Amino acid sequence: MTLLEVDGISVSFDGFQAINGLSFAIGEPELRAVIGPNGAGKTTFMDIVTGKTRPDSGRVLWGETNRNILGQSESAIARLGIGRKFQKPTVFEDQTVRENLAMALKDRRGPFSVLFGLPADEGRLLDFAEEVGLAAQLDRLAGELSHGQKQWLEIGMLLAQEPRLLLVDEPAAGMTPAEREHTTDLLKRLARRHAVVVVEHDMDFVRRLDCRVTVLHEGRVLAEGSLDHVTQNQDVIDVYLGR
Amino acid sequence: MLRLFFAILLTAVAAPAAAQETLQDILQSHAEEVADPGRRSVGVVIEDLLEAGVPGAPLFLDAWQNREVVLNEGDGLFYIAGEEEGGMTVLRDIADGAAVGEAPSGALSEVRPNGGVRRVIGAALVQFRLSDPDASTRRRALEAIARRPDADQIEPLAASIEAEESPLIRDEKLRLLNILTARYGETTEERVAAIEAMAGSITPDARAALSDILATRDRIVPAAEAEEPGALPLRLPRDEAYARLVEEGLAPPLVTPAAIRDAILANAEGETVAGLPLAAMDTDAARREAYDRLAAEGLVEPFVTPEQIEAAVAAHRFEASYTEGDPQVIEAARAALGSVETQVVLNRTADLALDALSLASIYFLAAIGLAITFGVMGVINMAHGEFIMMGAYTGYLVQQFVPDYTLSLIIALPLAFAVTAAAGIAMERLVIRHLYHRPLETLLATFGISIALQQLAKNIFGTQARPLTSPDWLSGQWVVNELVSISYIRIAIFVLALVFLGLLLFILNRTRLGLEVRAVTQNPGMASSMGIDPDRINMLTFGLGSGIAGIAGVAIGLYAQVTSEMGANYIVQSFMTVVVGGVGNVWGTLAGAGLIGVLQKVIEGFNPSNTLAAQTYMILFIILFIQVRPRGIVALRGRAAEG
Amino acid sequence: MTDAALPLRSGRPPVRRTSTMVFLVALAAFAVLVTVLAGADMISTSFVKLLGKTLCLALAAVAMDVVWGYTGILSLGHMAFFGLGGYAIGMWLMWARTEAIVASNLAASALPPTPGELREGIGGQIFGVVGSSDIPLIWSFAHSLPLQLAMVVLVPGLLALVFGWLAFRSRVTGVYLSILTQAMTLALSLYLFQNDTGLRGNNGLSGLQNIPGFPAASQAQISIAFFWASALALALGYLLFAWVVSGRMGSVLRAVRDDEARVRFLGYHVESFKLFAFTLTAVVTGIAGALYYPQAGIINPGEVAPIASIYLAVWVAIGGRGRLYGAAIGAIAVSLVSNWFTSGGAPDLDLGVYEIRWTEWWLVLLGVSFVLVTLLAPKGLGGLVDLWTQRRRGPARRAAYGPDTGAKRPEEGAE
Repeated sequence: MTLLEVDGISVSFDGFQAINGLSFAIGEPELRAVIGPNGAGKTTFMDIVTGKTRPDSGRVLWGETNRNILGQSESAIARLGIGRKFQKPTVFEDQTVRENLAMALKDRRGPFSVLFGLPADEGRLLDFAEEVGLAAQLDRLAGELSHGQKQWLEIGMLLAQEPRLLLVDEPAAGMTPAEREHTTDLLKRLARRHAVVVVEHDMDFVRRLDCRVTVLHEGRVLAEGSLDHVTQNQDVIDVYLGR
Repeated sequence: MLRLFFAILLTAVAAPAAAQETLQDILQSHAEEVADPGRRSVGVVIEDLLEAGVPGAPLFLDAWQNREVVLNEGDGLFYIAGEEEGGMTVLRDIADGAAVGEAPSGALSEVRPNGGVRRVIGAALVQFRLSDPDASTRRRALEAIARRPDADQIEPLAASIEAEESPLIRDEKLRLLNILTARYGETTEERVAAIEAMAGSITPDARAALSDILATRDRIVPAAEAEEPGALPLRLPRDEAYARLVEEGLAPPLVTPAAIRDAILANAEGETVAGLPLAAMDTDAARREAYDRLAAEGLVEPFVTPEQIEAAVAAHRFEASYTEGDPQVIEAARAALGSVETQVVLNRTADLALDALSLASIYFLAAIGLAITFGVMGVINMAHGEFIMMGAYTGYLVQQFVPDYTLSLIIALPLAFAVTAAAGIAMERLVIRHLYHRPLETLLATFGISIALQQLAKNIFGTQARPLTSPDWLSGQWVVNELVSISYIRIAIFVLALVFLGLLLFILNRTRLGLEVRAVTQNPGMASSMGIDPDRINMLTFGLGSGIAGIAGVAIGLYAQVTSEMGANYIVQSFMTVVVGGVGNVWGTLAGAGLIGVLQKVIEGFNPSNTLAAQTYMILFIILFIQVRPRGIVALRGRAAEG
Repeated sequence: MTDAALPLRSGRPPVRRTSTMVFLVALAAFAVLVTVLAGADMISTSFVKLLGKTLCLALAAVAMDVVWGYTGILSLGHMAFFGLGGYAIGMWLMWARTEAIVASNLAASALPPTPGELREGIGGQIFGVVGSSDIPLIWSFAHSLPLQLAMVVLVPGLLALVFGWLAFRSRVTGVYLSILTQAMTLALSLYLFQNDTGLRGNNGLSGLQNIPGFPAASQAQISIAFFWASALALALGYLLFAWVVSGRMGSVLRAVRDDEARVRFLGYHVESFKLFAFTLTAVVTGIAGALYYPQAGIINPGEVAPIASIYLAVWVAIGGRGRLYGAAIGAIAVSLVSNWFTSGGAPDLDLGVYEIRWTEWWLVLLGVSFVLVTLLAPKGLGGLVDLWTQRRRGPARRAAYGPDTGAKRPEEGAE
């Protein structure tokens, strides 16, 4: 079943065509890797899906009812079940790991629910902390964590939101090989029940994910298919190796 | 007869006196007519007087008209009576007003021309003055006519036009004649033509003449009376209609609460009134009841009931009728007034536009320095207003040492730039440099500097306002017409604003410094790797922005007063200008200043007496405007602006 | 969320609870001390009033800290809410007192006054200074204490709600928001300065120190009563805000301060949270103002001017942002020191060539010391507490307070 369908979106900044008639669809569950050279429009694509950037044209359809979610606020889109992990880990450094996770935990999000609601469910919180290996760090400030730990914390926050669609931007950056393996496992496991889009530069990592690959170039889909299939595509070779 | 008389008079003025007769001689030859002038006889005297063309005639005529001429029984000569002291009166020469002696007051007999004679004299005087060789006297005479228009002035005015040499005064005479004709012309055609010629004229006297012609008088007539043709029915609210009836004595007045109170007090007997205790009179209902009882006893007038009011109003018709009787004239005047009003609106709009333009230039000058530091560098400088103040005080100090205002202005402008630029650079080096990327803290730190500078200025210069005097060539104003004018200072400020706009555009777009500024603004890391020292650029940019504030201070000081708080008055406005215009862009600041200036003047236009309200509404508008265009009028588009 | 039996409210560092206790105990001790000293005539009535007023300012500062130190909104408009609270209560005080005076004047006349005559008399007394005797519409509730008390909460609350909604929904942040709040404050004070807006123009409301209904109470008694009321309000306000900034709410607010875009992607409607903080603090600030002005005796539009709100921010910054007790300490310290200097309490300094009179130089000193605090001690006076407790965790903060840049900074979109 198709969970998210991006239909013919275009956006330009000061005359620079960042996205040019891009169409994309992902089902649930599915794991998809998005690759492409710098400036291909990967980040802008995520910005549009998460509501940060409004495209000049096109539609973004979501869920069983195929509702167009363009024009909804970022927070409303997040509440629909689209979670995002940023390329640069952005956790709240001034707060503890526990606070970071508690904030992300799926729960009612209105100010009064937050103020008067029950305290965060410690059991669930611990589950997620263990999943990302931070159970022992719960009371440390996020700012004191190593870069890799911050990456894990951010992944943990993404999991805690329990989204249906996960947009993951370069999850393996700054991780040790062992951590990468753990990440791969985690993403594959998640993809059994959820839709997961991974943006990655690292081809080895993509290979290990062993999933359908979408190649973006100049704001368009250049090729789509298995990694072997796309790497044999002449266009893709041209783009990556230059002409 | 009068016409003939003026014809003679004209030749008299035109031809210089040939005879050596003096004024006194002529008067003596008509001694009887002068001493006891009648309407007929006076003409002869004036005729002769003018024919002779002797000097001093206007002075004599003026004194004659004002009943100041006396006949001294002692020598039989005419004099102007001077001050009287101890029974002796100073005698003044009738030709030049110089004191020539004194005489016992008893020996002087006053010459007392009656009203009719005085009007003839007055007309002759007007004629004299309108033909006076001195242009300023002629102008004064015209002003006097414009102030008090009168039917008698038509002829002398018309007569004086032909010989008028000055084209300006001639135009004015024609204009006035036209106004007089419109009001007092003899035939309908003459008047209608004059009125039609006034269409589009915006001078106040023309407008006054037209509205005088269209003046109406309200009348109350019994409803039964037949309608007068041309009367306009008045639709008055019932209460006002009744009030007018009361005013005219056509209906009994309403009983007011104060009247009730007075009636109760006047008819109180001990502790009661009409059988009711006074102590219970603490509601309006109780008092009305007591009053009703008094009325029933016939002690006071009864209340006027609504039915009575209704009936009284219905029994009368309220109408307005023109005081002018000629319907053709009324029609013409109405049409002319319509076109005059259109002209007035157009001219007022033009005047408003000039005002708005000059206000916009002031805002632009005050804000442009801020636009550089805030817009280009992202640094918020709450002390910007105090830099404006420093510039103004610099101008004031220079004037203390250089008394020539033009020279001192020429010195003050660059000096103010230097002083405030130095202060700005010092502030940047000492404080702001350490706070880049912490804009909120920059805001507060510069606020600290702002209050310190303000108090410092207060300690040095005191709390009272210091004047910054503009040179003579900048005082006064450029008058386009009665409705449109602008002071030269405001024009100068406008020019200054234009100069700065051009200068800044040049510096930012065409010079090395501008290139480097833009490079540092857009990507400091890249810029510094290309050999641009961002520290130096920040310092220079800040110096430039602050220096411009100093010059703005001199300009603002010229038309407003210099006080330690003057900067604070501009700071919020300046921030508004930058934010509304769009940050990081000189054109944006221009647009912001234009919008705010125009808006403030337009709002003021609705209620000129209340500038506070205008400012309040303007700020509210700005708050709402930012809803619609959060990035300002001239917004940076595209990816860079995505927030 | 099944059986949430675990009683944990996650992530609240113990020091916050401790600091709340310490603050409340200190406040109670202070209140008792002042009462005893005043009872023994060792401090004057005006000094008690000054202390009471200072506690109100501390409450406003604590509210300011929540909206600025915790939520990252540098509001330059909170003293406007403070003033509105003062005006709201001042209208009742002035009305009730004038009513009593007019009634006693009219009682001497031959006829007992009617309600209409009373109103007319009150109108003439109150609005005579602005050349009017009509009672403006906004005074409709002034005769009623409960209604006017409701206004103390409603007027600042509604203004904050409407303004905040407008400002936050258009995503105005950072210094832009500060300027916008400053504009709001300026508009309000200009509005109040007008004679025809019904609040007596620049005359303001006066005679507020006389509390109607207690004709027998001396100013000494009234001052102690208001001092206690102020202390109680500060204690309750402190508790309320300590509760708000703890737990998940506090966590979200601080997250909004540090990176509001990230909070949006977590599914929180950031604008609602800002609006919540802005409005709640506005209401509390209004209440503080309603307690302050009866002690001050007079309120005029100058009190609402933008500069007052900037001072509030200054106090919080000097006290130390992001900790409630810091804000309270900052407000108390700066306003007391300021009062000491400006009232001539500080001895003049004779430098031989020039004599520094502190009444003239205090603002210069304040301005300079404020710059120094911002530059050298960004944690403010509260930072001293960290030195003292010696047990604070790890490195200081890594991110600047508040969003790094305004919404329209070009580099923001470049990520």
